[in-house]
Amino acid sequence: MSDAIVHMENIEKRFGPVIALAGVSFDVSAGECHCLLGDNGAGKSTFIKTMSGVYKPSAGSILFEGKEMNFDSPRDSMEAGIATVYQDLAMIPLMSVTRNFWMGREPTKGKGLFKRFDIDRANEITMAEMQKMGINLRAPDQAVGTLSGGERQTVAIARAVYFGAKVLILDEPTSALGVRQTSNVLATVARVRNQGIGVVFITHNVRHALAVGDRFTVLNRGKTLGTATKGNITAEELQDLMAGGQEMATLEGSLGGTV
Amino acid sequence: MSTKSTDTVDERIGSESLLSRLMKRPELGAIAGVILVTIFFLITADSAMFTLSGVLNFLTPSSQLAILAIGAAMLMIGGEFDLSIGSMVALAGLFFSVAVVNFGMPLFMAIPATLAFAAAVGSINGQIVVRTGLPSFIVTLAFLFILRGLSLVGLKLATGGSTQLRGVREAVEGDFLVPFFSGDAFPGFFAWLASIGWIETFKNGVPKVTGIPVEILWSIALVVLATYVLLRTPVGNWIFASGGDPEAASNSGVPVKKVKISLFMLTAACAALLAIIQVLDAGSTDARRGFQKEFEAIIAAVIGGCLLTGGYGSAIGAFFGSIIFGMVVIGLTYTDFDQDWFQVFLGGMLLLAVIFNNMIRKRVTGER
Ligand SMILES: Nc1ncnc2c1ncn2[C@@H]1O[C@H](COP(=O)(O)OP(=O)(O)OP(=O)(O)O)[C@@H](O)[C@H]1O
Ligand SMILES: [Mg+2]
Repeated sequence: MSDAIVHMENIEKRFGPVIALAGVSFDVSAGECHCLLGDNGAGKSTFIKTMSGVYKPSAGSILFEGKEMNFDSPRDSMEAGIATVYQDLAMIPLMSVTRNFWMGREPTKGKGLFKRFDIDRANEITMAEMQKMGINLRAPDQAVGTLSGGERQTVAIARAVYFGAKVLILDEPTSALGVRQTSNVLATVARVRNQGIGVVFITHNVRHALAVGDRFTVLNRGKTLGTATKGNITAEELQDLMAGGQEMATLEGSLGGTV
Repeated sequence: MSTKSTDTVDERIGSESLLSRLMKRPELGAIAGVILVTIFFLITADSAMFTLSGVLNFLTPSSQLAILAIGAAMLMIGGEFDLSIGSMVALAGLFFSVAVVNFGMPLFMAIPATLAFAAAVGSINGQIVVRTGLPSFIVTLAFLFILRGLSLVGLKLATGGSTQLRGVREAVEGDFLVPFFSGDAFPGFFAWLASIGWIETFKNGVPKVTGIPVEILWSIALVVLATYVLLRTPVGNWIFASGGDPEAASNSGVPVKKVKISLFMLTAACAALLAIIQVLDAGSTDARRGFQKEFEAIIAAVIGGCLLTGGYGSAIGAFFGSIIFGMVVIGLTYTDFDQDWFQVFLGGMLLLAVIFNNMIRKRVTGER
C-alpha cells in the first residue's frame, strides 16, 4: 500500500540459532487497524519489537512514511511518533503511576537550568487519561506495584494512546482485562483509528480482532500465512489459520465450539 | 452498577493517614535512626557532645562521608554500585596534589581538572559495566584495586619514592578559591555571634567555633541538588527507572546507558571533591586516603533507604545515614564505652536498615 505510515519489508530476525522471523512483510496505514494474529511463539512480539526499535532486524527494511528508517533505540521510534504497549507492559513497580506514565517523556516547565519535571500537570493528565479508560486511580503517586494486573495494563495502554502520535502498537492489550475495561480498550482503539492513527493490534482473541480490525494478518512460525480484509474472512477461518488449520478442526468437535 | 461511577471517588479507599504517607518515604528509616542515636547519646554521652563545637565535631566527618554517600546513593538508585570510590579518593587526591605542587597550577585550573579526571575514570567504569552487562559489583571491585595500586605507584613516581606528597598548603597559599574548599565558613558571622555573647568564646575573646566547616556546606548543597534532580527533574525519573527495570525503562525511551554512565561519573566526581577538601585540609596526600570509604558510603546509602536492587532510595536518606555514622564514631569517644563497639553498632544498624528497607519495599510494591 502506498500511503502506509510504516511498511516493513521481508523482516528477518535471528537470536543466535533461533529464527524468530523468517521474512515477514507488514504495513499499517493512517486510520486503519491492522490486526496481527498467531499462536504462542509465532513471533508477533518479536516482530513489533523490530517496529518499535527494541530489536534491529537481521535483514529486511523498515520504511517510515516512505523513507527508509533505522531505529537504533525505542526512543528513536517514539520520536518518529510510534507508541507501543509491550506484552510485558514496560512498567516499573516501585515507581508511581505518574512517573511510569511519563517515563522517558516527562513534561517540563521553566527554562534552562530551571527546567523541571512538571509534576502537577503530569499528575493531572495521568488521572484524566486513566479515567477515560474507566479506571479511578486512588492517587497518582500510587506505586504501580500496588495496582492489579488489569489496572497496570490500562496504565500502559493509556500511556501509549496518549503518546501514539502516528502509530499505536498494542501487544495483547486485552489479555488481563475485565469486561468493562476490554470494551473500553476496543472503543479506544476504534476512536484512535478514527482520528487517523494507524493501529497495530496483536491479540489471540478472534472476536476482539474482528470487532475493531480492518485487516488481519496471521503469523505462524515466523512467517505470514496471509492477510485478509474485513468482511472477507469469518471468525472460524481466522481461528483455523491461527491454529494452523486441520488440528483445530478435530479439537473443535470435542470442545463443542467453546474456543 | 451506576454509570456515574467513573466520576466519583473510589469508595474502596480509606483516607490515608499522615503516618502511612510518611512510611512511604525512603528516608524515613534514616531520620528515625538519627533520632534514636541522638537519644542514645543524650543519655550516655558527656553533655559536651551536644554543644555547638561538639555537634560540628561529629558533623564534619559525617558530611565528608555524605559527599561520597550522596553520589553512591544516586548510583544505587540507578541500579549500580561503585566499590572503587574509596580508591578514587586516593587517586584524585594524588592527581590534585601533583597538579598543584609539581605543576604549580592555580586552583581554578587544578580543581576542574581533578573533577574532570575523576569523571573520566568513572566513565570507564560505567562504559565497561554498560557494554559488558557484567555486574558493577565485580567491575568496580577490580577498579578498587587498580586505582589503589595506581595511587601507590603514582605517588612514588611523583615524590621520588616517598609515601606522602607534601607542600600542598604552601603551593595554594593565597589562592582565592582556598576558602571555598577548606577551613571554616562565615568567620565574620561567628565572631559577631561571639561578640554579642550568643556563642562561647575562649578567654581572649576568640570564639570557640570560628565558623562552619566547608564540607558541611558542600554536603548540604549536594543533598539539596541531588534531591531536586531526583524528585523534580526528568533525569531524576530516568534514574529511578534505570534502576527499577532497565529493560522497561529503555523500552519506554529512557537513555538507560547514558544515565548509568553519567552516574558513575558523578560518584567519581564526588570522590574527587572529597579528595580536594581533605588534601587542602591536611596539606598533603598519601595512598591510604579514602581507604574502605566505599563500604561506609554504601552503608550510609543503605541506612538511608536505598535498595540494593536499585530503583528506590533517596539522597536525603544517605545524608542522614552519614550523620548516624559520624555520630556513632565520634559519639562513642564522649561515652565510657569502648570505642571498638563502633563496628558492632555499625553492623547492627546495617542489618536493621536492610530488614526495614525490605519491609518498606514490599509495602510499596504491594508484594506479600
Ligand atoms: N530474546 C530472545 N532470544 C532468543 N529467542 C527469542 C527471544 N525472543 C523471542 N525468542 C523466540 O522467538 C520466538 C517468537 O517469540 P515471540 O515472543 O515473538 O512470540 P509471540 O508470537 O509474541 O508469542 P505469544 O503469543 O506467546 O506472546 C519464540 O520461539 C521465542 O522463543
Ligand atoms: Mg508475544
